[in-house]
Amino acid sequence: MADTKYTQEHEWLRVEGDVGTIGITQYAQEQLGDVVFVDVPQAGRKVAKGEACAVVESVKAASDIYAPVSGEVVEANAALADSPGDVNAEPMGKGWFFKIKLSDKGELAGLMDEAAYTDFVKSLG
Amino acid sequence: MGDSLRRTPLYDLHRELGARLVPFAGYEMPVQYPTGILAEHAQTRTAAGLFDVSHMGQVRLTAKPGQNAAEAIETLVPGDITGLQPGQQRYTQLTNDAGGILDDLMITSTGDHLLMVFNAACKDSDLAHVQKHLAATCEIEPMFSRGLLALQGPQASQVLARLAPQVAAMKFMTGAFFVIDGARCYITRSGYTGGDGFEISTPATDAIARKLLAQPEVKPIGLGARDSLRLEAGLCLYGHDIDTATTPIEAGLLWSIGKERRIQGGFPGAAVIQKQIAEGAPRRRVGLLPEGKAIAREGAEIAIGGKTVGKVTSGGFAPTLGRAVAMGYVERAHSANGTKVDLLVRGKPVPAEIVPMPFVKNAYHRG
Repeated sequence: MADTKYTQEHEWLRVEGDVGTIGITQYAQEQLGDVVFVDVPQAGRKVAKGEACAVVESVKAASDIYAPVSGEVVEANAALADSPGDVNAEPMGKGWFFKIKLSDKGELAGLMDEAAYTDFVKSLG
Repeated sequence: MGDSLRRTPLYDLHRELGARLVPFAGYEMPVQYPTGILAEHAQTRTAAGLFDVSHMGQVRLTAKPGQNAAEAIETLVPGDITGLQPGQQRYTQLTNDAGGILDDLMITSTGDHLLMVFNAACKDSDLAHVQKHLAATCEIEPMFSRGLLALQGPQASQVLARLAPQVAAMKFMTGAFFVIDGARCYITRSGYTGGDGFEISTPATDAIARKLLAQPEVKPIGLGARDSLRLEAGLCLYGHDIDTATTPIEAGLLWSIGKERRIQGGFPGAAVIQKQIAEGAPRRRVGLLPEGKAIAREGAEIAIGGKTVGKVTSGGFAPTLGRAVAMGYVERAHSANGTKVDLLVRGKPVPAEIVPMPFVKNAYHRG
């Protein structure tokens, strides 16, 4: 998908208008294993690019999720509270984490597109 | 993966099964198989799971002529070992002069000798410790290349009985020799899951593992589920819940110290441990049930009214309960069941209650 961007921390960001939906990639969910809890940010929170703003807990460990871009959180995926396994089952679908209203669309230029991210994951071995 | 990592006899099998291998205690060990930790955990609670625990340190202790191996090892552990009948097994600890725990271990008497199983990360130092103190009285034979399998779960007995029918009659914490496909194995009815199960010490690790995995009730289980299973059972993980700075009394392991030995002492740190038995330990290991879904992991502070009273030593998601659980140490004055505390998770206080352990009822086969 042309409008989906990726970070080196294995988040994805799908932008529609000036709102971006954020989640973790298939590679990330495989590395984490079974997700049992996701702590998502509240709507209204202002986040800076690179700021830790969500936590995903697998059986093994807790991992921070970083905002790929700056902006204001406009919605969190409330369904994850009861079905955290959605992150494993559909990491790029119903397993999304939260949505941000972008404050600077220029930041998108610093993110990877799908081809670059695929190469990046391959380089990790 | 560094070249220096050791491999168990099941390394090739783990690869074939698609395990995710990670460095653990100097070994390349399976943390999970493709089905994942939650499925492996449920498998072990409802059917049977096979664990490779060959990285653990098996050591045989045999008395030299005119000596007594049980009396000898009792100078290093507080457990009642001289009271073990042939075929009986006990859980105990190697203690230091401060009453701290160097390692926790199982000791089984075969009648002829004692079999000890050390934690993988401690086995080299444990062996040196035992050699230093017992070389004059005992033959000490490390069997570090011998395999150790754990078959755990409610269907473990019916499965293993197909290979060795007499195991079905064994009781929890007993052991016996069996020949399986020509291989002389020592099997104990014990484990680290809180459920029924067996540990199989064998020179034919790969063959027996494959035979067990061919049974319809059995699936391979990695270290990830081993940890969540033992946490639900309230069992200590060495290096986390117990270490050289914790005593068996602080850890709630008084039950593992022989009644006569509590009085007579004669093990390292006996004075400290006896004083704690008489007066109470300054802190206690407790079970913790956090409210909500947040998971308090090792290192999280335990506080009451903003004042730190302890620290979490193990915490995670308990799949059987579908919620988070933890254990940790708190000052004795605050250690009563029902005490309300806060667990600091990423700086945020999560309300929790001190509760008895295990979190999931034991299902040992006491016969």
